[in-house]
Amino acid sequence: MSEPVLEIKGVTKAFGSNEVLHGVDLTVAEHEAVALIGASGSGKSTLLRCIDLLVEIDDGDVFLDGEVITDPSVDPVPVRRRLGLVFQAYNLFPHLTALENIVLGDRYAHGASKEEARERGRKLLDRFGLAGREDERPDDLSGGQQQRVALARAFAGRPRALLLDEVTSALDPELVGEVLEAVRDLKQEGVTMLIATHEMSFAREVADHVAFLEEGRILEFGSPDKVLVDPERPETKRFLRRLLEAGRI
Amino acid sequence: MTASEATVGRRAEREAAKRRRARRGQAIAAVSSVVVIGGLVALALTSPGWPNVRDTFFSWSAFKDSFPDVAKAFWLDIKMFCVIEVAVLIVGMVIALIRTSRAAALFPLRLLSAVFVDVFRGVPVIILVYLVGFGIPALELSGLPSDPIILGGIALTLSYSAYVAEVYRAGIGSIHRGQRDAALAIGLTEGQALRHVILPQAVRRVGPPLLNDFISLQKDVALVSILGVIEAFREAQIISSSTFNYTALVGAALLYLCVTIPLSRLVDRWGFGGVAR
Repeated sequence: MSEPVLEIKGVTKAFGSNEVLHGVDLTVAEHEAVALIGASGSGKSTLLRCIDLLVEIDDGDVFLDGEVITDPSVDPVPVRRRLGLVFQAYNLFPHLTALENIVLGDRYAHGASKEEARERGRKLLDRFGLAGREDERPDDLSGGQQQRVALARAFAGRPRALLLDEVTSALDPELVGEVLEAVRDLKQEGVTMLIATHEMSFAREVADHVAFLEEGRILEFGSPDKVLVDPERPETKRFLRRLLEAGRI
Repeated sequence: MTASEATVGRRAEREAAKRRRARRGQAIAAVSSVVVIGGLVALALTSPGWPNVRDTFFSWSAFKDSFPDVAKAFWLDIKMFCVIEVAVLIVGMVIALIRTSRAAALFPLRLLSAVFVDVFRGVPVIILVYLVGFGIPALELSGLPSDPIILGGIALTLSYSAYVAEVYRAGIGSIHRGQRDAALAIGLTEGQALRHVILPQAVRRVGPPLLNDFISLQKDVALVSILGVIEAFREAQIISSSTFNYTALVGAALLYLCVTIPLSRLVDRWGFGGVAR
C-alpha cells in the first residue's frame, strides 16, 4: 500500500453532551477510495466536516500527507485548499452561474487569473458532462447536474483528497446514476477519496476499503467483499440486514 | 350525461364559462368601486364645510401661484435625499458588518455599534434633528459643520443608518450556513466568503425592505425644516401662513407622492418577482 494521504487517529467530537465521534481511526492511502457506511446519525458527516476543519475536534488528530492539520495552531484555510468537500445538499452558490461557482475558488483561493480559471472551469464542466451549461444558475439545473457542478467545484482546487458526503442522498432516484458515474470516473483517474454513502452496491464496486461507522466508532474495516458480504461484527450484519429489508441493496 | 359520453370536446364550452365568470367578476368590482368611492366623495362634497375646505386647500389660483416656488424648494429635498441615501447605505453596511463579525479584537466596535443602533433607532427622528441641529453648533468647536442642511442630513443619516444596518444584518443572517461552509470548503477565507458569497446574496434579499426605508427617508427629509432649512414643506408653510391658504401644502404633498409612488411600485415589482431566486 502506498503512502497514506489521510490518517485519522483517535478523533473525538461532542456537541454539548452529545458525543458524535468516540475515537475514530481511519487511513486513506493515495489513489484509494474508502467508503464510509453507517446509519443516519452515526457520525459520517461530522467526521468529514472535522477532516475539512469546518468543525473543530475535541481530541485526536488528522494528518494530511503526514502533517498534522487539526492542531489548534494550524491555519485552516491553506489546509482546506488541499482538500475538496462535496455536500449532500450541493450547497452551490445560487447567485453565481455554474461556471462562476467553479471559478470562484480557483481565482480567490488559488490565485489563478480570470482567464486561466475560466478556461479550466470550462474544461471541468465538459468533463463532468455539463458542456453548454456554464451560464446557467443552479436553480435552472436538475439535482444531478447541480451535484456534478459541485463535484467539479470541489475538484477545481486540485485537492489531495476528495471528501464526498452522501452526494446522492438528496437526489431523485433517476438522477443518482449520473452522479455515481462521475465519481466512478474520478476513481478511475486515481483520485483519492473518502466517500460517505448509502449506496452499498456502488461502495462495493468503487471502494478499495469499506469502513462501518456506528455510534461514533469504526466497528469494521476491510475489503468491500468482506465488510459488505461477510461481515464479522453483529452490528454490521444488523445494519446490512436493515438496508436489505428496506430494499436499498 | 353519463360517464361514457364524458368530457372530451368540451373545451370551447369550458372556455366560455371561464370568460363569463371573469366578466361577472369585473362587473362586480366596477360597481362596488363606484358605490364606495362615489359615496365617500359625495360625503365630503355635501359636508357643511366643503365650500370652505375647497377654497383653502384646493384653490386652483393659489395652486398656480405657489406651485413653482414649492417645486423649486423641492429640488433641495431631492438633492438631500440622494446624498443621505448613499451615506445611509454605506454607514448601515459598516455597522452591520461590525455587528456580524466574530473577531475578538472587534469587541469594542461591536459594543459601540450595538449602542449606536439602540440609541439612534430608539430616538424619534424629530428629536434627533433638533439635538444634532442645535447641539453641534452650540459646542462652538471649529471645523464642525454649522450649515443646517448638513446638520439635518447628519441627523437623518444617523437615524436611518441604524434601521438599514438591522435590515442588512437580518439579510446576512438569513443566508443558509451551508453557503458559508461551501465557501470555506473551496478554500476562501472568512472575509472572502463574506465578500463573494454571503453579501451578494444578502443584499439581493433585502432589496425590498431597503426600498421601503428609502420611501420613509424621502418623506422625513421634510423634518430638516425645523432647523430653518427652506425645503418644499417649509416653503409651502411660509406661503400658506402669508396667504391663509393651505393649497401650497397640498402641492408639496403631490410632489412627495411623485417620488414615493414610483418607489412603491418598484418595491412591489422587486418584492414579488425579482428576488424569487
